[in-house]
Amino acid sequence: MKLDRDTVEHIAALARIGLSEEEIELMREQLSSILDHIASLQDVDTDDIPPTAQVIQLHNVMRDDVVQPSLPREAVLANAPATEDGYLKVNAVLDQS
Amino acid sequence: MTDLTRLTIAEARRLLDAREISATDLAEAHIQHIEQVDPAIHAFITPMFEQAREMATGADAMIERGEGTALTGIPVGLKDILCTTDAPTTAASKMLEHYRSPFDATVVERMRSQGAVFVGKLNTDEFAMGSSTENSAFFTTRNPWDTERVPGGSSGGSAAAVASGMALATLGSDTGGSIRQPAGFCGVVGLKPTYGRVSRWGLMAFASSLDQIGPFTRSVEDAALVLGAIAGHDPRDSTSVPVDVPNFRAALTGDIRGLKVGIASEFRDIEGMEPGVAAACEAAYAELERLGAELVPISLPFSKYAMPTYYITAPAEASANLARFDGVKYGLSIDGGNVIDSYLRTRGEGFGLEVKRRIMLGTYALASGYYDAYYVKAQKVRTLIKRDFDRAFEDVDVIVAPTSPTVAFRIGERTDDPIQMYLSDIFTIPANMAGLPGIAIPCGFSDGMPVSLQMIGRAFGEADILRAAHAYESATSWPTMPDAITPSGTAR
Repeated sequence: MKLDRDTVEHIAALARIGLSEEEIELMREQLSSILDHIASLQDVDTDDIPPTAQVIQLHNVMRDDVVQPSLPREAVLANAPATEDGYLKVNAVLDQS
Repeated sequence: MTDLTRLTIAEARRLLDAREISATDLAEAHIQHIEQVDPAIHAFITPMFEQAREMATGADAMIERGEGTALTGIPVGLKDILCTTDAPTTAASKMLEHYRSPFDATVVERMRSQGAVFVGKLNTDEFAMGSSTENSAFFTTRNPWDTERVPGGSSGGSAAAVASGMALATLGSDTGGSIRQPAGFCGVVGLKPTYGRVSRWGLMAFASSLDQIGPFTRSVEDAALVLGAIAGHDPRDSTSVPVDVPNFRAALTGDIRGLKVGIASEFRDIEGMEPGVAAACEAAYAELERLGAELVPISLPFSKYAMPTYYITAPAEASANLARFDGVKYGLSIDGGNVIDSYLRTRGEGFGLEVKRRIMLGTYALASGYYDAYYVKAQKVRTLIKRDFDRAFEDVDVIVAPTSPTVAFRIGERTDDPIQMYLSDIFTIPANMAGLPGIAIPCGFSDGMPVSLQMIGRAFGEADILRAAHAYESATSWPTMPDAITPSGTAR
C-alpha cells in the first residue's frame, strides 16, 4: 500500500506535527512499508471475534470521592513555558476583533 | 578485597547486614566505578551522585536502627522515563530535556522509602520507542560486551548499567520487549511482570494497555527481590490489580521436577534466527529437561500476527498519550505566532523521527475511514493471540523461547530500516499483547555475545517463571558481566 503525499500531510495535520519536506517524503516511504507489513492482518478471519482493548478483568474501577490536597501550584507551574498571575499563558484561541 | 560493583543484591545484603560494609562504602564504590566506566558505555543521562551519598547516609541509619529491608543501601538506577523529584526526567527527548517532575513515580517512592540508593537516570530510546537506544535524543548507549554494538532497547541504559557494574539493579519498562530484549543483549536478567502487577503511576505513558515496569539484575533471586519491593496495588493506577503479592523469593526452591515447559513450534524456527542463538536455546531446553521438567510441544498459531498487531495498537495508544506534549503545560515550547502553528513547531522540533513516525502511524490507524480496518482489526487479532496463550497454559506451566532472534547488532546497522529494527522484538511482543509475565535470562554465547532465554508465565504467575529461571541459572553459570570494559571492541 503506497501512501500519497496528501494523506501524509493530512495525518501530520491531525497529529499536529510540523514536518519538513524531506520528512514528508521519508514518512511516505517508511509508513507505506510498515503498512505493507501490517497488511498481513487482513488474512485473519475475525468474524465473530470480540476485540480486546485491555487484558485485565477490571471494569469501572471506582474510588471514594475524597477531598485531597493537589500538587503545589508553584511546583506544577515551575515546568510551564509561560505563566502569568499563577496561570498557564497560551496563545489566543478566540478571535479578538 | 571484594569488588563491590560485581555483587548481587543478595550478597550485598549479607555484607551490609553483617556490618562488613556500609551503604556509604557501596555507594562510593559505585560512584567511582561509574566515573571510570560510563565514559565508555554512556548509560547515564543524569548521574545522581550527591543524592546517592545522602540516600546512603539515610540507609546506613536505617540499617543501624534495624529497619533495613531487601533494598536498603542498594545502589539502583532508573530508566529516565520514571518520574523523580530530585533529578530531571527527560524520556531521552528534547521535548523534556529540562523537565523536573513535581512527584515521584510509585515505584520510585516505594524504593525510596525502603532505603534504596539512586545512582542516576538511565538512557532509553526517546519515550521508550525503539530497540537500541539509537533513538535517544542525546546519545547511544554502548553494549558492555562489545562497545561497537547496541545494548538493545528501549531500556538499554538500564541493561548496560547492570552488565557493567554501575548499579546492582535498575528499573526499566517493557511495552513490546523493552526490558527483556536489552537484558538479553547485555547478558543480564530482565523481568517484565504481568500487566497490572506493578503500578505505572509516574511512568511516562507510551502504550497504556501494554506498558509495565520491571527490574534488571545480575541474578534471578535479585529479580525476585526487586519485584517484591515494587509490586502491589496502587489506588493511583486504576490498571494496577488488587491481588496479593506472594513472596517471590520463597518460590525459588531449585526444584522443577514435573514442571511442564511448553515449546512453541512458531518460536523455534523462523526466518532470520541466528544459528548460534537457536543452538544455545535448544541446549537450554535440554538442560531444563535434565533438571526434571517435562518438555511439551505446543502451538501458538496467531503469535506470528503479534508484531503487526503491536504496530497498530502501540502507535495508536502512543498518538493519544503523546498529545499531552503541546508546549503549554511543560516541556519544549516554540511560539509559532498562533495556537496551531505553535503546536506544529513544538511537536515537529521536539519529537525525534521514530516518535513522529509512531504518532503518525497511530493517528492513521485511528483516523476516520481507517479505524475499523486497522485499529479494531488489531484488537480482534489480539483476542486470538491471547486465546492461543490461554489454551497453551491449560497444558503447560511455563513457555520458553529465545528472547531475541539474534545477539546484539552493531550500532547503525538497522537505523535506516524500521522493519528490521522492529523484528528484534518478534519473540517478546506476544507476551505484551496477552499481558503475561516474561523473564529473560542468560543461556550462553554466540559470536562472543550473550544469548538469552525467555520464559513466559500465566497472568500473575511470576513465581513459576522465577522458579524455573532460578533452577536453570543454578545449574549453569553464565557470566552476567564481562571481565573488563574496554572503550572499543570486544570486552571479554
